[in-house]
Amino acid sequence: MNNALRTYFWRGSFAIIMLVALYATFVRFYYGLGASTNLSDQFPWGIWVGFDVLCGVGLAAGGFTLAAIVHIFNLKAYKAVVRPAILTAFLGYLLVTVALMFDLGRPYRVWHPLIMWNPRSVMFEVGWCVTLYTSVLFLEFLPMVLEKLGLVKAHRVLKNVMLPIIILGVILSTLHQSSLGSVFLILPTKLHPLWYSPLLPVLFYVSAIATGLAMTIFESWHSAKAFGRQLEFPLVQKMTRVLAVVIAVYLTMRFLDLYHRGALSTLNNPGWERWLFGLEIVLMAVPMLMFFRERTRENPQAIYVGTVLFLLGFVTHRLNVSVTGLEASSGVHYVPKWTEISVTLAMVAFGFFVFRMAAHYLPVFEAEEHQPVPEVPVLEDRAYAHSLARGD
Amino acid sequence: MSKAILYDSTLCVGCRQCEEACSTRWKLPYNEKIAAEEKISSHKLTTIRTFGEKFSRKLCMHCQDPACASVCPVAALQKTAAGPVVYDEDRCMGCRYCMVACPFQVPTYEWEARLPKVRKCDMCSDRVPGGGVTRCSEACAYGATITGNRDELIAEARKRIADKPKDYYPKIYGVEEVGGTSVLILASVPFDQIGYNTKVIKTALPALTWNALQHVPDVVVMGSVLMGGIHWISHRKEEVARKEGRS
Repeated sequence: MNNALRTYFWRGSFAIIMLVALYATFVRFYYGLGASTNLSDQFPWGIWVGFDVLCGVGLAAGGFTLAAIVHIFNLKAYKAVVRPAILTAFLGYLLVTVALMFDLGRPYRVWHPLIMWNPRSVMFEVGWCVTLYTSVLFLEFLPMVLEKLGLVKAHRVLKNVMLPIIILGVILSTLHQSSLGSVFLILPTKLHPLWYSPLLPVLFYVSAIATGLAMTIFESWHSAKAFGRQLEFPLVQKMTRVLAVVIAVYLTMRFLDLYHRGALSTLNNPGWERWLFGLEIVLMAVPMLMFFRERTRENPQAIYVGTVLFLLGFVTHRLNVSVTGLEASSGVHYVPKWTEISVTLAMVAFGFFVFRMAAHYLPVFEAEEHQPVPEVPVLEDRAYAHSLARGD
Repeated sequence: MSKAILYDSTLCVGCRQCEEACSTRWKLPYNEKIAAEEKISSHKLTTIRTFGEKFSRKLCMHCQDPACASVCPVAALQKTAAGPVVYDEDRCMGCRYCMVACPFQVPTYEWEARLPKVRKCDMCSDRVPGGGVTRCSEACAYGATITGNRDELIAEARKRIADKPKDYYPKIYGVEEVGGTSVLILASVPFDQIGYNTKVIKTALPALTWNALQHVPDVVVMGSVLMGGIHWISHRKEEVARKEGRS
């Protein structure tokens, strides 16, 4: 396929996904949740919660992971990727908020937890943390905008108060990334023993850190392709090592937990749970083994494949906990309706699109230390910029 | 003094008067077709279920420490001192976590509505706290469903089992289940044979999430100290450089 054709293909796909999702949105808000989902009293949560919200928050974990690595641990080598990670996180959280609007029965009341308190509720805590953390991400994202606009003074002021903001962001993330696992602690008899565990919050937290790293590698690769930048390859290699270790820690914990709970014996039971479990573990173990091999770490293509496999493994785990692991006890079989899939696809596509735009128009792939130039730069290459943003 | 419902399935003849009384109370339609639906939904808050010659009732169990009330982020569901678990639709934002969390799959949703509400039995909270009885108790001509004080009903249930050991399976469903419920059930056979979930744990569910949630304040404090400390250690070089620049 030549370049022009490829551009048309992507542009066309994006337009179709968006148009279908527009119709799905109409169905959702005009006819209600019953008409737009395959949810039921027996199965009240589907992929809008399981994928859009749970995976969305996890896939946006690079923001706090990289912020901690660079600003708390002071590992300067990672500076080059901290901005794309923060941008992804900010976009991710905005998309999660939009997705939540689709899933809530009465979305115009989304602010209720802020004034109607129930401190015993995990969802209450998650609501607060996500709200606060999205504000923190906005502040972490702001320097890119200020730089672009050449607002030196504001940029400097913000820089001076950034440390407490970053620490707050890491704490808020630690709380709600783990709390998303705690959400399912109340289901000891509903959630299949391969996934129900008192360790859920810890497993969610560790897998979120791994996913934050994986997403950062994933973005670096895509940006390098899209913008013709040199892939920060030594840095990516470094991250690949870290990722391998985090996956190893995660899988060790996962299996120790299964062993101590005696849940491994359920693998003898017929049913599709064991295959889904196998899929989840393979999708995480294979990339881990790949990353431990030097041959993989020398090959950008192989790193990319491993990263995508791991991200799929992460998504499989989250969906097993929130959707498939609950089927057996619910007594019904849930398959998402076309409207659910359409909205979810549109979220992902829109995320890619906005990231691409932001990466082009803002100083995302530049070192943090950039002092803004005190005048608004003129985009002489506006036409070229537009064509890039469109994916030419 | 908390109130409870005792449902003795050995006395139930499956006449469905309780269903009709409940529908009337909620101003819901009731007809042959709805009577035949043996499951609860947003238009049928209690149901009789048929198991061959035997019958059982499904309604909200009104747990002593309800999972639904503990997980609701806006406290739309509340356990009242009188016993009923009540729902405030003005608070609800429709996250449906209560439906996910309920070990008995009780809360239902108005899936077809544009602005849906959760629906469930509320143990006639307009009457019971004042000493009245529920509509289903009132409608039952066989004494299969009665309303009373929880401890007195447990004593009564024990007495029935002791008096007629042949007629009863020797256990009261709802005394231990999820830490105790305000609906108590008697049966002639093991409870799972007439549609009751016997796999539920014997302790209150909210403790499970609280185990994790209680650490939140400590994580905030410890996290701040730890990260501030790591930052201070890891930025020593910059600090030294700044000092040397000044001297």
